[in-house]
Amino acid sequence: MSGIVGRLDAEQRRILGKAATVAVSVAPFGLAFGVLCGKAGIPPWMCLLYSTLVFTGGSQFAAVGVLADGGTPQAAVVAGILLATRFVVFGVVLGDWLPPQRWKRVLAAHLLIDESMAIGAAAPREHRWFGFLAGGLAVYTVWPIASVVGAIALGGSPGLVERLGIDATIPAAFLALIWPALRGRDALAVAALAALITVVLVPVLPPGLPVIAAGAAAMLALRTPGVDGEPP
Amino acid sequence: MSAGAVTLVALAVAVYLLKATVPLVLAGRTLPPVLLRVASMLPVALLSALVVTSTVAEGRNLVLDARVVGIAVAGVALWRRAGFVTVVVLAALATALSRALGGG
Repeated sequence: MSGIVGRLDAEQRRILGKAATVAVSVAPFGLAFGVLCGKAGIPPWMCLLYSTLVFTGGSQFAAVGVLADGGTPQAAVVAGILLATRFVVFGVVLGDWLPPQRWKRVLAAHLLIDESMAIGAAAPREHRWFGFLAGGLAVYTVWPIASVVGAIALGGSPGLVERLGIDATIPAAFLALIWPALRGRDALAVAALAALITVVLVPVLPPGLPVIAAGAAAMLALRTPGVDGEPP
Repeated sequence: MSAGAVTLVALAVAVYLLKATVPLVLAGRTLPPVLLRVASMLPVALLSALVVTSTVAEGRNLVLDARVVGIAVAGVALWRRAGFVTVVVLAALATALSRALGGG
């Protein structure tokens, strides 16, 4: 293992560090999802399948949350889908980084989550694919295991995530990842507009949709002539 | 099949299709320049939105709770050039402390 790490450059090792940190910070959410599965009457083996086959925290919580509240599978699926619609927009960003081989794209698409997108986007251009893979695989290692542990062992551990302040680590990680890109008027304008759109739309739209609308803020970039298409 | 199983299968298929559509349709072609310009700003817009939703959103409600403290601390730490791990840990500590001291 050290041999592999030894062959990576300094930037790639930094990326691995970020991927590991992000993966650790999703673990408590995985535990919480396992607990939620218990509430919804979903056995641990099926909980594991949710986390490996769906592999999307927001959608998993939304769908199983509906089931736990006594909702129908149809309602659960719709809730889960709404929270995944943003991946169509993410796919636009991702498509630019992926190697051309179809089979790699087929597999890579499954690893598309907020975290892998964020780590890839924060990496320098030549390491975006690496960053995306590192983030995706790191979370893919931790998330299913945490879910199963939560389902089996943690029936009664309410508020674990809140007590440890873990729920703040996700936005903090996202903020840290875009921080270097928030330079210059264009980036700051897009970020501010996106944040404003989001705040306005959260009470108005079903969960998952405000983020897509914020993508419209990126349309600002279209209006700026000769914008350097090079994110830092 | 149980409700959980039906939901699992339908959700897994639907979510994967959403993730795979653009990368597979593009299939190795590069984005047209117009879309490239948008795509370069998309992460900024999307991540800004995600920071907001994961800080102040709870379902369809806007909630100001201890997470805001954590993000404020994270912002200060970033401004002071703290490292990634430090920023994340400080955010968790600030939020946990804020909750322990009596705020949601």
